[in-house]
Amino acid sequence: MKRFAIAVLTAALAMPGIWSGFSAAPAQAQTASRAAGRGLEIAREAERRDSGWRDAQVRMTMILQDRRGNTRKRSLRMMMLEVPGDKGGDMSIAIFDSPADMKGTLLLTHARVGADDDQWLYLPALKRVKRISSSNKTGAFFGSEFTYEDIAAPEIGKFTYEYLGSKPCGSRSCLIVARKPAYRNSGYSRLITWFDSKTYRVEKIEYLDRRGKMVKVLNLADYKLYKGRFWRARTLTMKNLKTGRTTVLKYGDWRFGTGLSAATFSKGNLRNIR
Amino acid sequence: MRTTKRALWLAVGLAAIAGAPALAQSWEFTGALGAGLRGYTEAPLPGGDNRRLFPSVTFDGRITGDLGDSDRVVLSLFSRWDNRGEGRSHTDLREAYWLHQGDGWSLTAGIDKVFWGVTESRHLVDIVNQDDMQEGIDGTAKLGQPMLGLSLYGDFGTFSLYALPGFRPRVYPRAGTRLGPPLPVGPAAYTGPGGRGHVDFALRWSNSIGDWDIGLSWFEGTSRAPVLMPTGPSLTPIYDHISQIGLDLQYTAGDWLWKVEAINRAGQGPRFNAVTAGFEWTLPGGLPSGADLGLLAEYSRDGRDPVLAPVTIFDNDLFLGARLTLNDLASTNLLAGVLLDARSGARVMSIKGTRRIGESWQVTLEGRFFNTPAPSDPVAALANSDYLSLAVARSF
Repeated sequence: MKRFAIAVLTAALAMPGIWSGFSAAPAQAQTASRAAGRGLEIAREAERRDSGWRDAQVRMTMILQDRRGNTRKRSLRMMMLEVPGDKGGDMSIAIFDSPADMKGTLLLTHARVGADDDQWLYLPALKRVKRISSSNKTGAFFGSEFTYEDIAAPEIGKFTYEYLGSKPCGSRSCLIVARKPAYRNSGYSRLITWFDSKTYRVEKIEYLDRRGKMVKVLNLADYKLYKGRFWRARTLTMKNLKTGRTTVLKYGDWRFGTGLSAATFSKGNLRNIR
Repeated sequence: MRTTKRALWLAVGLAAIAGAPALAQSWEFTGALGAGLRGYTEAPLPGGDNRRLFPSVTFDGRITGDLGDSDRVVLSLFSRWDNRGEGRSHTDLREAYWLHQGDGWSLTAGIDKVFWGVTESRHLVDIVNQDDMQEGIDGTAKLGQPMLGLSLYGDFGTFSLYALPGFRPRVYPRAGTRLGPPLPVGPAAYTGPGGRGHVDFALRWSNSIGDWDIGLSWFEGTSRAPVLMPTGPSLTPIYDHISQIGLDLQYTAGDWLWKVEAINRAGQGPRFNAVTAGFEWTLPGGLPSGADLGLLAEYSRDGRDPVLAPVTIFDNDLFLGARLTLNDLASTNLLAGVLLDARSGARVMSIKGTRRIGESWQVTLEGRFFNTPAPSDPVAALANSDYLSLAVARSF
């Protein structure tokens, strides 16, 4: 096999025409690596500015709207724990308060870098903890336009990056970075992410399916600054371009440093969460 | 006797709640009120109950109160009222406990429910709570179990230790009804030390290591399932003292969930093993409509003595099923499956679907269909008990 490869290479080197065809390659590779470097730099800067919040809790309302305009409301709470460093993955628990038949349903996520996140569902009627599969991650999060994948923590190491340039976004200017999932079982080929060039907060994400077609757009609005450093959007609107359905997430006030510990986010503690 | 016991437990629960000082920060009352109709689709076995339709009403209520940051009391009650005498009317305290939470540990005292396991067609390792037979034959509904439970959780996973006083014997629907026992069930016999008063123990360790979720459990005490021994015109439930080691394992790999549950049990005739193993595969990316489709296959094998141990239909059986989740506003989902006995050819088909109407109503459709060519298979007793039931419930 190796000998065969060497033979092919030698043959290629012997043909001058091939050399000219490849002559542009080093420059292209350099541009690509520069774009990758700049993309990663932007993602790192965004993460650096948003690190140090330790743990957080927030209430939200999820408004689901179908193509005909029918809406349904769900209310939930999120608990989050920051795990610092590139290797650690953040942890979160989503707690459903309504509709009443879903009350007490929990979703526990342990984000993992370079692998699929670990996710468990807790079903209160049976008091049963169920590990869910990656395939379910590309599926809908409780009937919304967000998938399990969309709501997972965007750890740096989970993507490769490409800087696409800057463009105006509203009254500001945005840095546009394509994030390419580096984990298996993603539903997307790329996430075109618009970072505000001053604050590095995310203004918009365009989701491209595996065939490269844009399928969803997420807009983040009504930003509020907490503790002088953490920007949090209070209205997230996810529009599904394929189905015409929309999900709006309206966030309440964020609370930081509420004293949550890693033990809170252990699988064994799920039955004690209220 | 049972009524007094139940009243006693209710009193204990109420006392716990009343005794909790009124400094609870947040009391919450939730529950559901439901109405259902079960219809049998076939004529009964000779001499059996020939009525077809059975309406019933259910109530589910739960009170939760936090006392400061680390203590909580919970009281929940389930009640079904069936006015046509199928023997399904009952009230059970599902929960009545006090919970204390530390950092990485918790203590539970009172009546609670504990679930162990990973497979869908059979819950082999799950043993702490007694089945609520008046609610159904599939063992999903459970009676509340008095317990003192300690859990420790951290990087090592979760260790749970339970002392289980107050054994709950099974209560069956009325004898001679479609899903009831063939003969009246008489007073129970207990073969173990301490009889019914024996305090059972259970221990479980579980952890997640990468893509593996593992649970190891041990139980020592009164068997939840009795051997039903014919004694003249009635059946005597014999509850043996057993010890059981259990293993539950799930490997999560992409679209596949691989699952195994296995037990080794002593105390009911010769020591035996039983296993249920299989997979659930979810169609990658879902259906074009946005729905998710999962396919399930699980095989069960059970080496128990057919006379000295409680009867099981899972002696050598294959379960094939499909789960459909529409991901719509109404949270519509459907699970349908068939259990096939490899030896006798007996079949049990089941279907269950739920969907929400508006914000607080829920409709549940359930059906079971029994079929066996072999009169010796335990399914034969249910051969004419095919049913469909429809229930609506309003949550509050």
